[in-house]
Amino acid sequence: MLTNLVPGDPAAANLGQRAIEDPAAVASFRERYGLDKSLPEQYAIYVWRLLHGDLGESQQSRLPVMTELGTFIPATAELALASIFLAAVIGISLGIVAAVRQNRVEDHLLRVVSLVGISAPTFWLGLVALYVFFFRLDWLPGTGRLDPQFAEPERKTGFFTIDSLLEGEWGTAWDAARHLILPATVLALYNVGLLTRYTRSAVLEVITQDYVRAARAKGIPEHRVILRHVFRAALPSVITVLGLAFANVMTGAVLVETIFSWPGIGQYAYRSATTLDLPAIMGVSLFVAVTYITVNFVVDVLYGVIDPRIRVT
Amino acid sequence: MSEAYASEARLETRRRRVLGMLGRQPLALLGGAVVATWVVVAVCAPLIAPHDPLDQSAPPLQGPGATYLFGTDELGRDVFSRVVWGARLSIPLAVLLVSLAVAVGGVLGAIAGYFGGVVDGIIMRATDLVFAFPAIILAMVVTAVLGPSVRNAVLALVIVSWPAYARVVRGLVLSVGQADYVTAARLLGAPARRALVRDVLPNLAGPVVVLATLDLGNAVLLLSGLSFLGLGAQPPRPEWGAGVAEGIQYFQFWWIGTFPGLAIFTVVLAFNFLGDSLRDILDPQSSGRERRGMQ
Repeated sequence: MLTNLVPGDPAAANLGQRAIEDPAAVASFRERYGLDKSLPEQYAIYVWRLLHGDLGESQQSRLPVMTELGTFIPATAELALASIFLAAVIGISLGIVAAVRQNRVEDHLLRVVSLVGISAPTFWLGLVALYVFFFRLDWLPGTGRLDPQFAEPERKTGFFTIDSLLEGEWGTAWDAARHLILPATVLALYNVGLLTRYTRSAVLEVITQDYVRAARAKGIPEHRVILRHVFRAALPSVITVLGLAFANVMTGAVLVETIFSWPGIGQYAYRSATTLDLPAIMGVSLFVAVTYITVNFVVDVLYGVIDPRIRVT
Repeated sequence: MSEAYASEARLETRRRRVLGMLGRQPLALLGGAVVATWVVVAVCAPLIAPHDPLDQSAPPLQGPGATYLFGTDELGRDVFSRVVWGARLSIPLAVLLVSLAVAVGGVLGAIAGYFGGVVDGIIMRATDLVFAFPAIILAMVVTAVLGPSVRNAVLALVIVSWPAYARVVRGLVLSVGQADYVTAARLLGAPARRALVRDVLPNLAGPVVVLATLDLGNAVLLLSGLSFLGLGAQPPRPEWGAGVAEGIQYFQFWWIGTFPGLAIFTVVLAFNFLGDSLRDILDPQSSGRERRGMQ
């Protein structure tokens, strides 16, 4: 998998290089970033440095890309995990309800709800949420990760909520959590729609099987049948979609982080793309690809955990 | 000759049956009506819009009212007129984008499935590559490299969206190509091209149409998303995503961004209603809804 993905990087660099050379044409600049060397050479150098944990230096900030990624990734991770958790809880529950009440009012209603979820533009939802809950009602903070009166907690996990709890700073933790609510919810809506649909069809595939009827015939209460017998069997498909949800969150993060001034990888990606900061773009791409592979790997491992038949002995 | 006529007629009745069933689905009807309305709005934009979308002579930041239905933006332009003119950009572009993606993906997928081997390997690795990145990040890099403009945004999104079609078409070409009746036809000496056109192509239509309809909504979302980020349509062109971006800057004046966003939302929702209903009819198993007697 990794070998398939890595060749994308020189291609991306190749595309950008022409654009950079053309207007700037500063020899020293090119020398500094090794752009005066031939492409295979550049690629070899890049890979060599990569193996030593060096992603090069951002042309924008002149800081090592690795350092920058290190500061931005935790912010996005905190947002993404909160959002996926929210989406999983809501989406999976709604999907089960829709399947159990197949072709009834609830099912039809939830079909519309999930289509609305995948149709509403994330950036527009962000605007509406900001206007209603921050500007009008003033229930929740609008932008950033913390109000200015709170000091950033000392960095341990990079998650403000967890770090400040570890320090015993309850006020800071509460404020960080409140800052999470709006962006995480906006980011979750698309995945709620997606998870509702896929959970529904996964559950439906199982619910008509004989062993489910047998379980019911034994007199097992319905909620137990659904959770223990049906949902457990539907879980592998649901996990697959959860993996997909991660990719969606990365896409949404670019938009949501821009709107809510969330200092994460999405904003960084946007900034580096618009300024054509190649080392940074490649750093982000690499991070995204690695995340993608890791998520797929975790999904594969989870299959085995859920379904003993898949387990490799 | 008569044989060709018969298969034509078979396709025709099938098409009619699909349309008939679509008519009985309330969501499909609603979606179709909304799409039709937007198409009319796009075509008749100059007649519908009460003001010039670029004209800055109105009082700025007026709330919605009788003269300015959706209010005016910070430069004194009529938001309603801009939303109406925005349809002229977003809808044709979405159709263009999806057609290009279907064409590129379809051809590459058919080639991969038909020839197999190294060609197949190369094309499939290319799809893996695109799938490994979130669409908007890849599109962002491509438009940033090519320079922000509507044309480049469409180009970037074609690069992002062709692999889905390539995979579907490849899979279908593979599965149909191995069917007994195709082998039989080949043994009888029929050229492979004939099998592709007569046996494979009709089987592709259903899945590709479903995918394309759902993708139209996605295309509108992604295009406006790029414009929202400043990588698509450039000001002062009236575009929905750019309108929402404007609204974020002046978010106290809710009408500037809300109405363009609502336009995107309704179009995308309508396409999804249509696509979802189509999938129900053409591929009942995948949605788990009851079969409605399609063959």
